[in-house]
Order: sequence, then structure tokens, then C-alpha cells
Amino acid sequence: MENENVIEVRNLTKKFGHFTAVDHISFEVHKGEIFGFLGANGAGKTTAMKILCGLSRPTSGEGKVNGYDINREQEKIKRNIGYMSQRFSLYPDLKVWENIRLFGGIYGLSSSTIRAKSEAMLRYLQMENLRNELVGRLPLGWKQKLAFSIALIHEPSIVFLDEPTGGVDPETRRMFWEMIYATAEQGTTIFVTTHYMDEAEYCDRVSIMVDGVIADLDSPAALKQRYHATDMDSVFRQLAVKAQRKE
Amino acid sequence: MVAIDVNDVSKRYGDCQALSHISLQVEQGEIFGLIGPDGAGKSTLFRILTSLLLPDSGSASIEGFDVVKDYMEIRKRIGYMPGRFSLYQDLSVEENLDFFATIFGTTIQANYDSIKEIYSQIEPFKERKAGKLSGGMKQKLALCCVLVHKPSVLFLDEPTTGVDAVSRKEFWSMLYRIRSGGVTIFVSTPYMDEAARCDRIALIQQGRIIDNGTPQQIVEKYPYTLLGIAGHPIYPLLKFVRGCSGVLSCFAFGAEHHAAIDTALTNADDLKKKIEAAGFMDCVVREIKPGIEDCFMQLAKGGNNGK
Amino acid sequence: MKEFGSFVKKEFRHIFRDKRTMLIVLIMPIVQIVLFGFAISTEINNARVDIVGDVQDPSVRRIMERIEHNDYLQVMKVYRSVEDIHARFKKGQADVAVCFERNFDERLHKQGMASVRVIGDGSDPNSAQMIVNYVVGVLNDEQNDISLKYVGENETAGMTPTIQYMYNPGVLSSYNFVPGVMGLILMLICSMMTAISIVKEKEFGTMELLLVSPVKPLWIIVSKAIPYLFLSSVNLLTILLLSRFVMDVPIRGSILLLCFVSLIFILASLSLGLLISVISSTQRTALLISGMGLTMPTMIFSGIIFPCESMPVLLQYFSDIIPAKWYIIMVKKIMIEGVGLGYIYNELLILSLMSFVLLAVSIRLFRKRL
Repeated sequence: MENENVIEVRNLTKKFGHFTAVDHISFEVHKGEIFGFLGANGAGKTTAMKILCGLSRPTSGEGKVNGYDINREQEKIKRNIGYMSQRFSLYPDLKVWENIRLFGGIYGLSSSTIRAKSEAMLRYLQMENLRNELVGRLPLGWKQKLAFSIALIHEPSIVFLDEPTGGVDPETRRMFWEMIYATAEQGTTIFVTTHYMDEAEYCDRVSIMVDGVIADLDSPAALKQRYHATDMDSVFRQLAVKAQRKE
Repeated sequence: MVAIDVNDVSKRYGDCQALSHISLQVEQGEIFGLIGPDGAGKSTLFRILTSLLLPDSGSASIEGFDVVKDYMEIRKRIGYMPGRFSLYQDLSVEENLDFFATIFGTTIQANYDSIKEIYSQIEPFKERKAGKLSGGMKQKLALCCVLVHKPSVLFLDEPTTGVDAVSRKEFWSMLYRIRSGGVTIFVSTPYMDEAARCDRIALIQQGRIIDNGTPQQIVEKYPYTLLGIAGHPIYPLLKFVRGCSGVLSCFAFGAEHHAAIDTALTNADDLKKKIEAAGFMDCVVREIKPGIEDCFMQLAKGGNNGK
Repeated sequence: MKEFGSFVKKEFRHIFRDKRTMLIVLIMPIVQIVLFGFAISTEINNARVDIVGDVQDPSVRRIMERIEHNDYLQVMKVYRSVEDIHARFKKGQADVAVCFERNFDERLHKQGMASVRVIGDGSDPNSAQMIVNYVVGVLNDEQNDISLKYVGENETAGMTPTIQYMYNPGVLSSYNFVPGVMGLILMLICSMMTAISIVKEKEFGTMELLLVSPVKPLWIIVSKAIPYLFLSSVNLLTILLLSRFVMDVPIRGSILLLCFVSLIFILASLSLGLLISVISSTQRTALLISGMGLTMPTMIFSGIIFPCESMPVLLQYFSDIIPAKWYIIMVKKIMIEGVGLGYIYNELLILSLMSFVLLAVSIRLFRKRL
């Protein structure tokens, strides 16, 4: 259990023409941990995340997500992970229950399972009376919580969250993180990116990408100690300021 | 002198009350921050102040010019950076800047001094298309474009959203430099930690100003004693503290949890003992000063799970 | 003025840097011309037939009655001089003329040989061909009846119809679709592209920046229009060259007049584009509105595919509100019939009025705020 890895990558590289977006990165993510994937804008975070989600093929390098090869078994990876991003999460012109049914259907759940799950989900989110509301009309915070729950509908062993809390009000943002904790407690691995440095503190381990490579990777406490910092913000700045790449 | 005067402004879109009875004054030469989450009405207020939208009721003026009647005067005097970067992605850095200079009736050369400090950092890339710039550089270019006609009031709508922590710090130091030239800056942000960088702020939630003043004043008004609680494991600790008597609310704040307490029922030592007795590790409980984020959450009282 | 110049420069940059769109815009006219060269079919109702010859002649009378009884044909006028046909066609009063030679009946029955000429209005070749075929069909019926009467006798009587087309002797149908494609392309470039380029700025938020600048909204509009005016001129030139030298369509009338008429039409299309940009908030909406709302009706109602005459009356009225219809009529007249200003006076007036109203409305609606 301790050493079971959900993600393992070796020398992962992605080039766009002459530009190396991701440059030989290697790391692993343990089962059930909250893994913070930080980096400055343009450091290669999004590119790396796309490869891990099976949306893009690496130029070179090996890796497994959930036991499936990132070069050869992309379809299996996609079926076994959850994904939620700030930019796209749910269809705003569909109702709450329609979104739940749609994503349940996409992942091949039976209608009875979907029905049972959506009841439980709405109860948990206290959104039972909002089931017929269009998602576009929900406040951002609610939308993000719903999107997170839907990303978990097929009980993936790992869920990727791309800046899930951008622009969300402070209280909802914390409630969102409490949902993340609760999910991680049940053994689901969380892979999350964020621009809020206080959220980096909530992660079990944090990697910080600079110029396409992982500049450091450890628990927040160990990182703070190593860089003589009182908070993650300071750690991040010390590392990111070394960035040469202006792109 | 008052640079921006907002008087009882309301705006409604269909059945959504975007702004209700907003009043605030911004002094000339200060950085005024409008702090609030997405959907709080920040952009609507910006559009009213930049004469792009008409308020349903109330009035507002920029340097004495009414936003409805004298909109042409206002458009000459202000610089406005809308939320999300509004540059022509297919034009180069220089072409973008040149374009914005010309439509405001000036040239890059004539006003080079006012943008030199920022522009010199992106000038090496002036042939590059704006769409190919990194977030931080786009932001610098956008700032150059709104500064090139020497506006006296600057409106920046969420300039730091989606920008990494390093670029954000850099951006704020640019704002201080601009302020030193006497420019009034009205800026909005969803990041509470940026509030402390403003001269004065207004907290906005669901179309209402819930408080305004200097960051210091707002923090001083915080009604409870606040404790910073650290320990492991983090999430069970949070749940445990919420269950203790005398704890009014408890939220995660980075490495620590912030708990507002009723001093009649508990105190730091008492809470620490309880936590240690429950078996948590590396336990630290200390009294701390609240930050803007604590105040915002206390004032907003939007949620119901604080306790 | 310098502000305006820099606006136009920026607009041109947008266009030239979007290589894919550029390519489509420049190649589209060529593809369309070639495509429309094939596969066009038309159907006719109540074609108007003129009879040229002697009504006292019994055979002529009989054939005239046959034509009159045909469901698709209708006799309009009877006169004696072939010279009059030209004027009748030009005024659009007749679609086909049937000319009988002098002493038709006598020649037919006594000499066993008579000639009849069917003259079609070749400026609308698709319709003309069909109408002429109907008329020839009627003549053949008559011929069969006559032949039956003479069965068993040594004598025979026959008439030989000769077919001739006025204005377009080869009945090249490219004569017909070139003006149509011109209308379609100009419409597409001007309205769709203008609408999209404005809506794009709305979507990216740059419109906010432009509006808060001291530049007058009117100048923003004009600067958006100018590059597309230029592009459509290039297209106009391409089409004209292509039709003249590849499709062998003559340009009989004044090129200057043709350009002037095109300019008026471009103005109308630009205003339509502006209108679309006002009511749509995303590029997709703008594309749909201009595609379904402008291109389709233009194709259907402007007579490119179906002649307007064969449409139900209600739809014919509807087709009157489509600017392209008037433009295409004028182009046909100028290019193929070679007539001057005097003959397109009405159409020009209608189109100019439409352009003016559209422009006024769209400028009025273009908001100086969001």
C-alpha cells in the first residue's frame, strides 16, 4: 500500500519543433496521496498533464498511469481517470441531472447505477432542490464542486484537477479542498495544479516545474525547510525566479 | 481630490442583480482594490465606470466627468484593461502597442518615457506575435498598451488572474511605479492576498460592498480572537477542531488552520491540550492576527459549513 | 485621420495573417464558378410566347391555338416584324418568339416544305432551352397530325423548325450562373467576413478596448469595411477574368457601369454584415446567421438555381427583398445583353434604396457602449 504507485514516469519529454516543453521529467505519485503539480506559466505543466491524461503522446520517455502505458494504452488511461479543469468542466446549457447522466453514460455506467449515484451526489452536495437548474446558472463555486463530483462518478483511482479553484470565493474554495481531502481519504489519488500557494500546503507532496524540468519535489514541510522559507509562496518564488525561459 | 466617485449605483441583468447600491470614493493617486470572487459584480462595475455600460440607477464620475453624459471626455483620460487579455493575438508586440498609441492620438516615441520601464523588458521580443507571449509578458504588453496615452486613471480588471505567483509580485511592483507618477489605479482581484498591497480596498460579494477602508482598518474590525492551529494529520485535525466547544469557525489556511473562538469558552492552551489528547502530532496553537481573507469570510457569511 | 489609417492597417494584417481564410476567400470564387458550370436544372411555368407571322394564315392559327392550349405556354402578342423581338426580349416581355415564314400554310401544303424559326432569349440559357423545347414539342405534335392526314397519299407536308437563341447563340449556361456567383461571392465576403471580424473582437474583448478609446464608433465600422471592400474587388476581378477567358462569357456592356452597380451591392452587403454583428455575440452565431440567413436565400431566390418566375407568387414577393436578386438581374443585363443605364434604372434604384436603409439602420444600431 505504501509504495504502490499510481503514476510512474521516466524521462518524459515533449517537443514542439525546436521547443522542448517538457524536458526529461521523472517522478511517481503514490496511491491515495494529494499531489500538487505547480509551476510558473509556461513551465510545461499543462503539456505534462495532457500526456498523463492520455490526451497527447510524449516525444520520448516511458510511463504508466494506473498501470497503463502512456504510449500505447491511452484509451484505457482515459477510461480510468477523472478529469476536471477550470476552463471546461460541465455543459452550461444542460441541467444538473442531465450533466450527471451524460457523464455517467460516457463512462458506461448503467442507468440504475447513475440514478443511485446522482441521488447520493446531490444529497452530499446539498443540491437536491437544484437538480433541474441549468448548470450555467449555478454560482461558480457550486459548479466546481459539482464538476468534481462528476469527475469521480466512475470511481477512478486517480483524478486530475487543473486549477479547480481559480476565482472561487474563499469559503467555497476551502469547502472544495475539504472535498478533496475526503476523496483522498477513501484512497483516490488527487493530482492537482493551482496558483494559490496556500493550497500547495494542503498537498502531501508538491512538485515545482521550472523551464520544463522538475526543479524540486517533496512534502511542503521538507521544501520549506530546504529553502529556509516560512511558506510555500516563498519556496515557489525562489525556484521560479531562476526560470530562463521567457516563454 | 476624489478621482472616482460612485454614488448608489445599481445594475440588473434580467433576474440577476449584478450590483446593488454601490457607493465608494477613490482618491487621486491611490491604488484602490476591489476584492471579491468571480461573479461578485466586479466586471460590471468596471464597465460602468469606463462608460461601456449604463447603470440602472445611481451616478458615477471620473475626475469630475459623469460616466453617462461626458463619456467622450472619460474615454480620453482613462486606461482600461478588461478581464482576460485583450490584445490582438495575431499582431506583434510592436504592432499592438503602435495601434493602441495611434487610436489614442499619440505615438510610442512621444510617450516612450512613460512606458519605458515596462516596455524595455519586452522590447527584445517586439517582433513576436502577442499570442505567442507568456502570461507575464502578455500582461506587461497589455499594461504598456493602456499606459501609452498617459491616462490619469487606470482601470485594471483582474489583471493577475491565472498568472503565477512570481509574475504577480512583479506586476504589483510595476503598479507601485505607475502610482508614483500620480496615476490613480482601480484594480480588481479574486486573490485575497493581494488586498494587503492596495492603499484602500472594498470587499464585494454578490453585488454588494460588504466593507471598505484601508486593509489595516478592515483587519482591525475583525470581531473574534483568531487562533492558528497546526498539526498532523491535517484534515482530521480540521474536523476535530470544528467539533470543540467554543470554536465558532475553522478553515484551512495553508499549513495552519484558522479558528475563530469564543474566549469565554476556550483559549489557545485549552484547545492545544484537547488536540494533543486526541492524538494529533506536531501540534502548535497560537493566537494570530486575522488577514483580509479571514475578514472576507467572516463578512460574507455566505456558506453554512464554517462550523 | 492617422487613427483611421492605423485601424485599416491593423485590419489588413488580421486578414493577411490568417492564411487559411485568405486562401478560402481567394479560391472560393474559382471553385464556385467551376462547380456551377455543371449541374443546374430549371423548370418553367407559363412561358411567354410571341408569335411573329400572319394570323390570317390557317396553319399559323392552328399552331397558335395549340400553343395556347399547352399548360406551360402562353401566347403574349402577335406581330409581323422580326425586328420587334429584340425590344420585347430586352424589356422582359417575352421568353420566346415563334416566327413563321410568309405564306406558311401554302408552302406547307402545296410545296410540302415550310420553315418556322423558334427564337429563345439566350441571356437566361437554362430557362430558354426548356421553353424552346416545349415549343418544339408543340410543333412536332402538329407535324404528326399533318402526317397522319396524308397517310396513304403520295404527297407529304413537313415543316422544319430551326432554333435560334438571341444574345447567347451557343446557349452557354455559364452566361447564367456567372452573375449569380458574382452576387453570391460578394455577399459572402462582405457580410460574412465583416460580421465575423467584428464579432471576433467582441469575443476576445478587444472591442471593449476600442470602445473606450476616443475613436468614433463610426470610424471603427468604416475601417472594418474597407479591407473587405478591397477583397471583394479582387474577387470581382477574378470572376470577371475567369468568366471572360475561361468560360467565354462576353462582357458586352460598360465595365464602368458594372463596377458601379457592384459597389452599390457591396455597400448593401457590408451593411448586412454589420447588422449581423450587432445581433450576434459569438462568431458561430454570426457564421450561422450569414450562412443560413443570407447565403441560402440568395442562392434560392436570386434566380441562380431556380428562375424566380417558376416560384409561387408569395415566394416571388419574398425574393424581392433580397438585394442579390436585383444585383444579379442588373449584372445579367449589363454583361450579357449589353444594355446601358436606361434599362437597369428601376433595379438600380431599388438596390440603392436598400443599401441606404440597411446602412442607416446598422450604423444606428451599432452601439457605442457594450
